[in-house]
Amino acid sequence: MKQGEIVLGALAPHPPHLVYAENPPQNEPKAECGWEVLRWGYERLRKSLAQRKVDVLIVHSPHWRTMTGTHFLGVEHFKGLSVDPVFPNLFRFHYDLKVDVELSRQIFTEAQGLGLEVQMMTNPDFRIDYGTIISCHLSRPEWDIPIVAISSHGLARYFNMEVMQAVMLKLGQATKVAVEKSGKRAALLASNSLSHRHFVVEPEVPEDMSFEHIQNHSQYLWDMKVLDLMKRGQTQELLEIMPDFTEQAVAETDGGSLTWLLSALDFPTYPAEVHAYGSVIGTGNAIVEWNPHNRQVEWNPHNRQVEWRAQGGAQ
Amino acid sequence: MINKAYLLPGMPHPLLCPEKSSAYQKLRQAYERVGAEIQDSQAELVLIYSTFWPSVIGHQIFARPETTWTHVDEEFHALGSIPYTFQMDEEFGELYKQQCLARNLHARTVNYAGFPLDTGTVVALKLINPDNRLKAVVTSSNVYADRAETLVLGKAAGDALEHSGKKAVALVISALSNRLHQGRVTPEEDRIHSLKDEEWNRKFLEFLEEGRLEDVAQLSRQFHREARVHKVNNFKPFWWLSGLMGQSNRFQGEVFEYQSVYGTGAAVVGLEPAAVAARDLEFDEADPDVYAGERNVLAVEAGMEPEPEPEAQNV
Ligand SMILES: [Fe+2]
Repeated sequence: MKQGEIVLGALAPHPPHLVYAENPPQNEPKAECGWEVLRWGYERLRKSLAQRKVDVLIVHSPHWRTMTGTHFLGVEHFKGLSVDPVFPNLFRFHYDLKVDVELSRQIFTEAQGLGLEVQMMTNPDFRIDYGTIISCHLSRPEWDIPIVAISSHGLARYFNMEVMQAVMLKLGQATKVAVEKSGKRAALLASNSLSHRHFVVEPEVPEDMSFEHIQNHSQYLWDMKVLDLMKRGQTQELLEIMPDFTEQAVAETDGGSLTWLLSALDFPTYPAEVHAYGSVIGTGNAIVEWNPHNRQVEWNPHNRQVEWRAQGGAQ
Repeated sequence: MINKAYLLPGMPHPLLCPEKSSAYQKLRQAYERVGAEIQDSQAELVLIYSTFWPSVIGHQIFARPETTWTHVDEEFHALGSIPYTFQMDEEFGELYKQQCLARNLHARTVNYAGFPLDTGTVVALKLINPDNRLKAVVTSSNVYADRAETLVLGKAAGDALEHSGKKAVALVISALSNRLHQGRVTPEEDRIHSLKDEEWNRKFLEFLEEGRLEDVAQLSRQFHREARVHKVNNFKPFWWLSGLMGQSNRFQGEVFEYQSVYGTGAAVVGLEPAAVAARDLEFDEADPDVYAGERNVLAVEAGMEPEPEPEAQNV
């Protein structure tokens, strides 16, 4: 069997506002417009994803928060209604999705082998969390690719960021090895925002963009710092400052999704492509893609342009 | 008016697997005692504040007249599913919202099919009000709110009760210490996560048993530091309850049960208004009546603003 590979990694945040603004038939509330720059970023990610001929989407979501280890979906088909507990006015989504249970179990087994506390979720009545649904929908609205959904182990709050990251490094490696053994072509989605301080009031028309801006300037500076490191391929440094970033920008990276992704990608030294950055009810959100086939590409510091020299053409 | 108030834990074990340990069984019996008391009381309404339901946009009030769902806990999904039908007091929910707005809080009612009621609320209503003889209203716990805002939220609940003329029981649904075991723990091995958590739980229960509700409320910040995982900014349920019940120690308390559920402090406690205060202390925290919004560190005190510059004269 051919060795499987991670053909794309993405930071794919899950503000329900983006689904709301797009008006897919699955979502009950309807919008006039909104958050276009971020949605155009997702359109670019979709194009990349479509070119890579992906067999499975693996998503790590901060909104399936578990305290007793990492949990994996272990039922092949889920159909139901997801209502966002925080923004129920924006997100009431009828989902119908397939799970690659075989790959779920493979990641479970690899993670267990590395000493992680893991559990398969086999209750068919389980409601899929909205982080998983939104990241998957925005990356692949056709819903024709099976998913693997991984819970977020709440270690950052229970202990600290360092403990959480140590576990996510192992989970990322377990994911990578399982994908390689599976023979499948996988895309990985880290479903988190960057800075994450919300406004606590909402305009009467939620998509009224005259109200939308970043919650505070220090958050914005932090987000730009983080994106700059991604573009330069300095992800090891990003790992090191993740605890400070998370604390000072109240970032959603406390869920571990981004650390898991970077670990599974072996801490890219090649430049990431930032498809979009924008705020949603004050939080900072970026759609960022890593293409492992660009391993040879280097950051060009002089003109601040990334020179894409993908080896072997489009994948 | 409030006939009686209760603290209830929110973990699903006493509902789904009471037979697995004598601790869960005792908690189940304590819930049932509370249920019997409520059903025998003159109460017409169950008014709930649940720490298991976080909100971001102000305060959400669940007031859907009838809601049916099959709930599965995101952590303890292996224990089984919880089908339910609950009835809420829509009219009271609207009144509560109006009283929140009058006290300058951002608030809204929630009335959507499939809205994800939290595990704590579902477990409590299933056990204490299985036939929906009383209608309920549930309030969320805003993740950013601190004491002033939560206290005012409790006062708004009191205003709504006064305007409605209804008799109610108040429930706060919350663990005391909330640290779960990280690994697999059998029901027989279940105990409070640490000695420190245990000691703080006992101290709180001692106060509650003496009816010292406002003392408990004023001790909440310290309890948060000592015995809570910092998932949100503070330990708020007793601020809400004390705000609702007049911020005093004039209660008679009864600890029905105290056990560990997966490491957390699970207590069932009742508080009844009494003629005399258990302790008549001078409380040292502020007593705001309306919410004045977020204050910056450098905010200028009201009345101390610098004189405005005189306007330039038209010449
Ligand atoms: Fe989120």
